[in-house]
Amino acid sequence: MKELMQKLREASLQAVSQAPTMETLEEMRVRYLGKKGELTGILRQMGKLSAEERPVMGQLANQLRGDIEAAIDARREILSKALLEMKLQQEALDVTLPGEAKRLGHKHPMYNVLDQIKDIFVGMGFEILDGPEVEKAEYNFDKLNIDAGHPSRDWTDTFYFTEDGKILLRTQTSPMQIHAMETRELPIRVLAPGRVYRKDEVDATHSPMFHQIEGLVVDKGVTMADLKATLNLVVEQIYGKGTVTRFRPHHFPFTEPSCELDIQCHKCGGKGCPTCKGEGWIEVLGAGMVHPKVLAGCGIDPDVYSGWAFGMGLERLAMGEYKITDLRLIFENDERFLQQF
Amino acid sequence: MKLSRKWLNEFVDLPLSEFDDRAFDEAMTVSGSKVEVTEDLSSRMKNVKVGRILSLEKHPNSDHMLVAQLDVGEAEPVQICTGAWNVHVGDLVPAALHNALLPNGTKITKGKLRGVPSNGMLCSLKELDVTEHDFPYASILPAAILGDYHPIDPAKPSISPDIKPGDKIFGSVSAAKITGLTRRNYALWDCRLSLGNTETECVSDCCNLHEGDLVAFDTARPHICSPEDLRAKPEEFPHCIHDGILILREDLKPGDDMAAFLGLDDHIVEFEITPNRPDCLCVIGLAREAAATFNKELKLHTPVVEAKAGGNINDLTKIIIEDADLCPRYTARMVKNVKIAPSPAWMRERIRNAGMRPINNIVDITNYVMLEYGQPMHAFDFSCVEGKEVHIRRAKEGESIQTLDGTERKLNENMLCICDVEKPICVAGVMGGANSEIVGDTAMVLFESANFNGPSVRRTATALGMRTDASSRYEKGLDPQNTMKAVQRACELIELLGAGEVVEGVIDVVPNPLPETTVKLEPEKINALLGTDIDEQTMREILLKLGFTLEGDVIHVPSWRGDVSHYSDIAEEVARFYGYNEIPVAFSGGISTAGGFSPVQQYERELGQTCRSMGLDEIITYSFISPSYYDKVGWPKDDPRRESLRILNPLGEDTSIMRTSILPSMLEILTRNFNYRNKEARLYEIGRIYLKRPDGTADEPKILSLGAYGPKMNFFVLKGWVEDIIAGLGSGEARFVAVKDNPSYHPGRCAGVWMGERYLGVLGQIHPSVAANYGVDAELYCAELSFDALFESKGGTPVFKPLPRFPAVTRDIAVVCDASIPVGDLKDCILRCGGKYLVGCTLFDVYAGSHIAAGKKSVAFSLSMRAEDQTLTDEHAEETMKRVLNGLAERFGAVIR
Repeated sequence: MKELMQKLREASLQAVSQAPTMETLEEMRVRYLGKKGELTGILRQMGKLSAEERPVMGQLANQLRGDIEAAIDARREILSKALLEMKLQQEALDVTLPGEAKRLGHKHPMYNVLDQIKDIFVGMGFEILDGPEVEKAEYNFDKLNIDAGHPSRDWTDTFYFTEDGKILLRTQTSPMQIHAMETRELPIRVLAPGRVYRKDEVDATHSPMFHQIEGLVVDKGVTMADLKATLNLVVEQIYGKGTVTRFRPHHFPFTEPSCELDIQCHKCGGKGCPTCKGEGWIEVLGAGMVHPKVLAGCGIDPDVYSGWAFGMGLERLAMGEYKITDLRLIFENDERFLQQF
Repeated sequence: MKLSRKWLNEFVDLPLSEFDDRAFDEAMTVSGSKVEVTEDLSSRMKNVKVGRILSLEKHPNSDHMLVAQLDVGEAEPVQICTGAWNVHVGDLVPAALHNALLPNGTKITKGKLRGVPSNGMLCSLKELDVTEHDFPYASILPAAILGDYHPIDPAKPSISPDIKPGDKIFGSVSAAKITGLTRRNYALWDCRLSLGNTETECVSDCCNLHEGDLVAFDTARPHICSPEDLRAKPEEFPHCIHDGILILREDLKPGDDMAAFLGLDDHIVEFEITPNRPDCLCVIGLAREAAATFNKELKLHTPVVEAKAGGNINDLTKIIIEDADLCPRYTARMVKNVKIAPSPAWMRERIRNAGMRPINNIVDITNYVMLEYGQPMHAFDFSCVEGKEVHIRRAKEGESIQTLDGTERKLNENMLCICDVEKPICVAGVMGGANSEIVGDTAMVLFESANFNGPSVRRTATALGMRTDASSRYEKGLDPQNTMKAVQRACELIELLGAGEVVEGVIDVVPNPLPETTVKLEPEKINALLGTDIDEQTMREILLKLGFTLEGDVIHVPSWRGDVSHYSDIAEEVARFYGYNEIPVAFSGGISTAGGFSPVQQYERELGQTCRSMGLDEIITYSFISPSYYDKVGWPKDDPRRESLRILNPLGEDTSIMRTSILPSMLEILTRNFNYRNKEARLYEIGRIYLKRPDGTADEPKILSLGAYGPKMNFFVLKGWVEDIIAGLGSGEARFVAVKDNPSYHPGRCAGVWMGERYLGVLGQIHPSVAANYGVDAELYCAELSFDALFESKGGTPVFKPLPRFPAVTRDIAVVCDASIPVGDLKDCILRCGGKYLVGCTLFDVYAGSHIAAGKKSVAFSLSMRAEDQTLTDEHAEETMKRVLNGLAERFGAVIR
């Protein structure tokens, strides 16, 4: 009996270790360990054994059963691994095939830049203000200290809705300064971007409709030093840290003193090149201290409060940012243009 | 404003050698006079030298060219071939040598002309970029050289090619050969001529004659004929022309640099002068700024007039200002015995370098004074002033004037004119009249130096469509105190140039003298505005340098600084010369503000984000459109939405009204993309429309505009976008109601969108005939949703609902009903009838065709049922299904399939 078991051991372990498939392995389990299997067949002969031999043989038989089961498990593991391997190989994909694209839309490049600027100012405690484009001359000119004979009021420059010239399309976002000062509580820190209109024929650098961004601060103790500090910070955020700025005198009727802010040309470092038209500097914005007459006209006491304001053109900024060479592209809205940004 | 650095040096010592362009331009710019560009004039012309013609020979291979040997101040003569015939041995000429550069950009290099080496080019006026106004003597009178005769019809020449001296040409004109030529002066030649058998002599002012030339000689009045004398056409004598090499008469020697001679040894600085500083539109004004910038002395000059002519201006004329509101001051002087002539080279050079053209001494003096003092001047030929009186008055309706440019101008009652007793002789501050123009025989000149109302001059110039050097200065408002200085300077120059005799006396009419402006010096206020700590002494010094005067703390503003009237103006003056870039950079400690985006601004950002996440690209369109676009989008003629704000002075019809609908803008952009052959377009814009208010201003609500076309587009893709946008509101589902009567949209593919009782907008396929109006034969899809209505429909902060504890049961049903019943109605009915367990109803199929009766359709829904407190049993589900089916049957006669 012992011999029989030894034979079965050798035969079964050998066979199991070479079982080619899961199915044959299962057949082997039934053949060796099943109710009608070979091991059971051997054990049936236990009755013929002596009482002393029985436990020994029983122990041997259990050991053999355990070994065969272990061998089957081991073989099953190997086979299932191989199976998985094969399945994975069959499932392999050409990963260079295109994905199921859900195309994202594109923000207009100009509004990309505008949102960037809004975020910068919001971060500095500014609120965003929206206002009318069909505006009164009172706000677009009179209250901004622009006198009655000023050339910008000409019918060749400004679009008018009424013969008396009292209602027009705003030519600048500066009337938002007046709206802010008349309606908001002090202190004021607002940014007012929007569409403005001037009677310019369309060409590569002109459009009868374009965008400006106006900024206004009114508070006690606001100085030109504050204007410089804030605008320097803004310019660094737009053009990068270490951007060199220059403030130079300029003229706006509603600010005094007035200035323009230039940045040193990043291309030539101020030596002069085609980008900066040889000047070494690129004009970025106009600014100044709110004219005390303008403050007073809005009911703010210029002896107690002071303010500064700035205005910049959005189109030029966006064109510079994305190296767009023709303003017409901005309003043409060609998909091949829009999808580049 | 163009400034000559050489001219500037007359008033401030700023030599180019010490203050190069970079240093000068930067300092001037940061003190407030912005430099646009600086041109080194010498770079325009290089290596053009004065040469003396040593010898002239006929070119061996050309019958119209000459070969000259020139002394150009070098050891060896230079050989140059020329096609011009007005040169003679001994002449001084401009010679562009090897590697020369001419003002028109031409580079000259040595080469061969018809086989003969030529080491440069002799230059005419044109090649030097000057005119006969610069060199009046350079005008050339050519003789008809018979060797140059080219008959119009070679078969029938008017002059025989074999003609010999003595042969008759016509009448008293015969052929003659020049046998001797002696120069009498620059313009006259003593000629000896052979007429075959006889010899004769004559004097000629033709300057293309050379010994050996065959010419046409008129024996009746001894005279060498020009092509004009022979009534020849220009092409018959192609080389006998009025143009030629500039024969220099000035005191020059071979080797002198022509660029320096023409005043090109100068740098011209072009400034951008802001409109508040008309005082800087002249050399003296900029000199004052430069002196203050570089802390140098300003050397001003007081004109001295001897006035040696007899009489007094007051006995000769009267000046009457009738409209004092437009003419605060009129100053005049008179010059007798005027001798019109070219002005001297130094004056021509300065006028040229300032960008103007020299004309004659009188006109040049007025321009010179304008450039130097900033005061426009005018010179009248006094003999043309009828009644010998000058009236300054508004034109009368119906009056007109021919201006100096030769154009007849209609005048109106808003235009100020200078008139004699009869008629306008000048449009004040804009342009003079041809009727009193300075001409060659002008003998008596009245100089005007006046101050006119700026806006009036500007409006007049604009109305007449002519902006002149004078009007562009006047329009900004000039210093009334400048008129006297300018007229004195003009008269001083008259005497200096010997251009006439100045009559004693000045007429100076000042109807309403302007008061002087004073401002209080308040150093603390200035420092408080600037954020600086500038001491009072520094402020005072800056103001004094600029011509302000101080009495205690009262600042007297100089008359030329009309822009200064307030302490903030003084602060700017101080800041300019203290240095804007010296002002500290420091945040003031004001009260901090929170800042941030308002809820509506946040929603606008969110909405854009939603649109982009659906694959839509953002566009920006013009706010103005053409009224005809309302026709294009199919609106009836009486549609009230056509009531638009109309621009009275539009650029053109296409941009003449403010849009009351965003649809035309979107359709325009879709069309453009379609025409550019873009396969598809998916676009959005959050843009305003402009609705007229009773007071003439506008409500400017924002509209979300969607637009698309392309192979993947259909109504339901568009509707899906709108549904996603509405889902983003977080306040439930919207209702879509079929709209059949919107003229812009397809009557069967258009829906109104409602959120409860709130109307959000419309979506659908654009009506094919509207698309056709745009020339598009594709399906266009658009939606117009009110941004405000969307924002108002926004749900509040979501409140958490516990997750369901019991599983849902789903049942599918398919019913057959009339094909005309909208699925939306079926769904509404199901949700209404289903009872408390029905929590969802989703359409999954609509079918019509075989197995379904004609005019019917099968609609299949998946119903989802759930109870909050127990697992649903089959009975519950069956009961719900029964309710639904009964409801559908009752309401629509629908039966289960």
